Amino acid sequence: MSTPTLHAPTGRVGGGLLDPKQLVTSLPGAFTKLNPVTLWRNPVMFVVEVGAVFTTVLALVDPSFFAWAVVVWLWLTVLFANLAEAVAEGRGKAQAATLRAAKRDTVARRLKDWRPGATEVSHDRVGASELRQGDLVLVEAGETIPGDGDVVEGIASVDESAITGESAPVIRESGGDRSAVTGGTKVLSDRIVVQITQRPGESFIDRMIGLVEGADRQKTPNEIALNILLAALTIIFLTATVTMQPLAIYSRAVNPGVPDSPALTADGVSGIVLAALLVCLIPTTIGALLSAIGIAGMDRLVQRNVLAMSGRAVEAAGDVSTLLLDKTGTITLGNRQAAEFLPAPGVTPEELAEAAQLSSLADETPEGRSIVVFAKQAHGLRERAPGELAHAEWVPFTAQTRMSGVGVDGRQVRKGAATAVMKWVRDHGGHPTGEVGAIVDAVSATGGTPLVVGEVTDGTARVLGVIHLKDVVKQGMRERFDEMRRMGIRTVMITGDNPLTARAIADEAGVDDFLAEATPEDKLALIRKEQQGGRLVAMTGDGTNDAPALAQADVGVAMNTGTSAAKEAGNMVDLDSNPTKLIEIVEIGKQLLITRGALTTFSIANDVAKYFAIIPAMFAAVYPGLDALNVMRLASPQSAILSAVVFNAIVIVALIPLALRGVRYRPASASRLLSRNLYVYGLGGVVAPFLGIKLIDLLLQFLPGMS
Amino acid sequence: MSPALSGIVFIASLIVTLAVVHRPLGDHMYRVYTGQRHLAVERLIYRLAGVRPEAGQRWSAYARAVLAFSAVSVLLLYGMQRLQDRLLLSLGMPPVPGHVAWNTAVSFVTNTNWQAYSGESTMGHLVQMAGLAVQNFVSAAVGMAVAIALVRGLAHRGKEELGNFWVDLVRGSIRILLPIAFAGALVLVAGGLVQNLAAPHEVTTLTGGTQAITGGPVASQEIIKELGTNGGGFYNANSAHPFENATGWTNWVEILAILLIPFALPRTFGRMVGDRRQGYAIVAIMATIAVVSVAVLTGLELAHGGTVPQAAGAAMEGKEARFGVANSATFAAATTLTSTGAVNSFHDSYTALGGMVTMFNMMLGEVAPGGVGSGLYGMLVLAVITVFVAGLMVGRTPEYLGKRIGAREIKLASLYFLVTPVLVLVGTALAMGSPEQRASMLNGGPHGLSEVLYAFTSASNNNGSAFGGLSAGTPWYDVALGLCMAFGRFLPIVFVLALAGSLARQDPVPVSAGTLPTHRPQFVGMVVGVTVILVALTFLPALALGPLAEGIR
Repeated sequence: MSTPTLHAPTGRVGGGLLDPKQLVTSLPGAFTKLNPVTLWRNPVMFVVEVGAVFTTVLALVDPSFFAWAVVVWLWLTVLFANLAEAVAEGRGKAQAATLRAAKRDTVARRLKDWRPGATEVSHDRVGASELRQGDLVLVEAGETIPGDGDVVEGIASVDESAITGESAPVIRESGGDRSAVTGGTKVLSDRIVVQITQRPGESFIDRMIGLVEGADRQKTPNEIALNILLAALTIIFLTATVTMQPLAIYSRAVNPGVPDSPALTADGVSGIVLAALLVCLIPTTIGALLSAIGIAGMDRLVQRNVLAMSGRAVEAAGDVSTLLLDKTGTITLGNRQAAEFLPAPGVTPEELAEAAQLSSLADETPEGRSIVVFAKQAHGLRERAPGELAHAEWVPFTAQTRMSGVGVDGRQVRKGAATAVMKWVRDHGGHPTGEVGAIVDAVSATGGTPLVVGEVTDGTARVLGVIHLKDVVKQGMRERFDEMRRMGIRTVMITGDNPLTARAIADEAGVDDFLAEATPEDKLALIRKEQQGGRLVAMTGDGTNDAPALAQADVGVAMNTGTSAAKEAGNMVDLDSNPTKLIEIVEIGKQLLITRGALTTFSIANDVAKYFAIIPAMFAAVYPGLDALNVMRLASPQSAILSAVVFNAIVIVALIPLALRGVRYRPASASRLLSRNLYVYGLGGVVAPFLGIKLIDLLLQFLPGMS
Repeated sequence: MSPALSGIVFIASLIVTLAVVHRPLGDHMYRVYTGQRHLAVERLIYRLAGVRPEAGQRWSAYARAVLAFSAVSVLLLYGMQRLQDRLLLSLGMPPVPGHVAWNTAVSFVTNTNWQAYSGESTMGHLVQMAGLAVQNFVSAAVGMAVAIALVRGLAHRGKEELGNFWVDLVRGSIRILLPIAFAGALVLVAGGLVQNLAAPHEVTTLTGGTQAITGGPVASQEIIKELGTNGGGFYNANSAHPFENATGWTNWVEILAILLIPFALPRTFGRMVGDRRQGYAIVAIMATIAVVSVAVLTGLELAHGGTVPQAAGAAMEGKEARFGVANSATFAAATTLTSTGAVNSFHDSYTALGGMVTMFNMMLGEVAPGGVGSGLYGMLVLAVITVFVAGLMVGRTPEYLGKRIGAREIKLASLYFLVTPVLVLVGTALAMGSPEQRASMLNGGPHGLSEVLYAFTSASNNNGSAFGGLSAGTPWYDVALGLCMAFGRFLPIVFVLALAGSLARQDPVPVSAGTLPTHRPQFVGMVVGVTVILVALTFLPALALGPLAEGIR
């Protein structure tokens, strides 16, 4: 099984790993997040903070080294949680700064009374922020486009590196699917008239800034559900801890001979130890990292140049069960290519190849070029030197003749649509045989496009053979679709081709299904049908006619090259306009959920070891038998409790990189994924703290006040 | 045969019988709850009660019906006890004191059957038969109805209704519990149990004193007490009394009756959701926990740790000689794993760690296999919680049987899970914090703590068995334990029904390779793990100061 090679991050933000410098720069943010007014939204960490305040008061009243050590580490626990969130947000902030730089307030030339084709139109100069929807502005080479809109006249090359990070300019022209321009990008050549489509302050860049900063981040449905579960666990452990006190007082009272220990006196378990136990038991690891995981998930998309308009969309991506993929550009290379030369009876393959190449030399269409390339690859025919065909007479392709060719040294060669070339041969006195017709039909039957090559030499006309043009499926697509199937995702190819052609390509690419001769209405209907069966559908699109389908799909990825309507309708925008990325988006969505689940499991599994540390520390003095639970043989009650608290805090920092990067994800069936994650995070979560706490205890026992 | 071997044969024969019987019984219950036809007697009942049997109820209406029925039952039972001196067949018993009557009424309506009284010296025959025994039937039928409503929630597609509570109640009582109880009672009478309406028998004892021996409709009450996982004995000695449990083989029959319906309901569940494998998975979860628990408890009792049992050569204190150690331990495990609470031996006298196992069984939330109905719905809620965590780990919004587990579902499941631990721990803490309530303990030290912990665990989980030792017949305990029983029964039921409603509304998501399979051993293992670990984490501090402190030396 091959792992999908996730795109190397192309964006402006560095790789997925944690830069230690980020920890330092995020520190101030971590401190401001201590404010209980904001912290209470994270119930688990709020309880930790309350515990920290409570122990601080106790330590002030009755100071001891042990008490202060616990106080410090409880505060560090909260701080580490805040740090995780601040680091995750910090990456977005860096990105937002770059975007803000692009959002200088430009001066726009607003046109009055513009009509298509008008050359002399008066205009006034206004600030970009004053532009309203529907305003028309003129932008010329060297100027910055003042707002989002559609080109209504002209064509221009535009530098969009400010938002895409891609330095190569792109073409934007009126009409069609490449008419959308984004405010803050720069026109490099020519002049265009742009109709503004945004409302003031709601430009694409504004939204991008908001998204990457996480300013308007809302908890996603799944995050809310997980938060509820964590809150419930917190309540359970709070109850278990608090109700232990009367039991402890009783147990101490029925053993009057036992001396007081720092953990247990006649007044019960000390407040410091109770708070320490509570913090160790409640799911602090996942509680601390939960929001960082969410922010980092969005961030991973941004690094791949995909903007998700909501966290909900990212989560939905993980749930997608049907992918609609456009054939052209996603599954196949952009154009059809020559794949085979099929000579007519009595013609050698070399003859056909030579004629095919000759007739295509002047053909600048991708198909024509592919014939020249194929002739070279398959038959070793080099391109002719320029002088060699100096007096050649080129016959260009027209819609009427439906063929192109060349006349040189009394020899005429043509290639083109089967019926057209056959007719041409007949007109010149030739008699195409039935075999050629059979070859043409055979090629059509496999979904290919047949081009017939004919020639007239010395008055004899004949058909030389057939060129088989076919769609070339991108490399590695079949493997990817196999992976999708293992993940339980159905792939459906959308194409305008006839069903025959569509089936051939679908079979070759290995997609599960196809929709041939697809109209936008067909697409919409297909999405509705899938959704009625309870499936979640993802698709990409760029044209205005894709907009309804994009809006209907659960995950609609609009290409940045597409129209404003498409970008409005989708809930993600791919700045690279690479439709294959849909597959990566699904993987990132899954990774996000897996990371949450794995850390939740880890967090709860950790509690087992903490009990083995803290319960004997509290009660072995009263009931010596309970020392049997001290399987780690921790040095003293104080060092055992402190070690558990320290481990609990450090594990948060240790897992920040994992939270930001996400758990490793390989496409596999649900069972295999679960087994792997259970071993790593469930079993690992039980074992790791035993080792960690023991290790910390080995160091801590040498501190004063630990015995 | 050595005690260990005879114990294994005893347990193995039970397992084999259950494996054989659960299929036809599960299928029968499936037909009962999904059938369209009404029996003539049922139609009569509906007409008399003014119920429209065809009308579907949404979750809220279903819940209101459950609560209303139970509230009326409590009032009726309370009234009967308070007025029993004016009823027929009172045997001259005075009215039951208020706090005992309240506790008993709640106890029987909640299928707990905690007994703050001694049956033979407190209740007349009519109260026993028309009051307590009737509740033994209908409280069990209520549990089954709620479980079936949750299963319908999982099975339905985009539909609000969960069925009709009154129909489920009537059918469960008439078509499932009554016929089995009737046949079972005959078997028990054949085994030597008493069945009469006679007045107490005065006999002269060997020492020359006189003793009143009370007979009564024992066999009929005994069978439904086990079958409905109720547990309230006719006699104070419960199933240790020879009139309630005469011989080794009636003991076997009674254990079978306890486990019969709880282990068959998953089959019904599997059929109703259209995938029997899902039912097998639930049975496998229950059976795994149960078998381990029975083995550990029997092992601990046979090993008889502790000073006195070591000296005596066997942990026979509190156990009947006609049952022996292994068969007593099996009964104890069965009664605490289900919410039955009948006892044929005294858990207070078990070895410390053995006693802890009986407590832990109840702390699991009575799910392995649990009470009739309540075991299934408790287990399904645990499955939902497990699916949530496991589902995340496979990278999808978690779903169980095609139903998405979102914020609302997890909130209801969490609330369900919160109720009993909070009741147990708060109740125990309150009692242990008050010198007055501590005075009820028979023993000091950790064993006394175990007695109190056991009482609140038993009441909150609607088990009803008593550890013994604790004099719980005081007004404070009657009220506190009564509240634990009521909240421990009806709060979870409301949350379960709300969950059922929220699941029923959903259109199921189709299964794909990306769906977490919930019928494989992997999932079975995970639910077992989640259940045991969550419960252990919740109760470890309390257990450490009670049975663990006593048992680990």
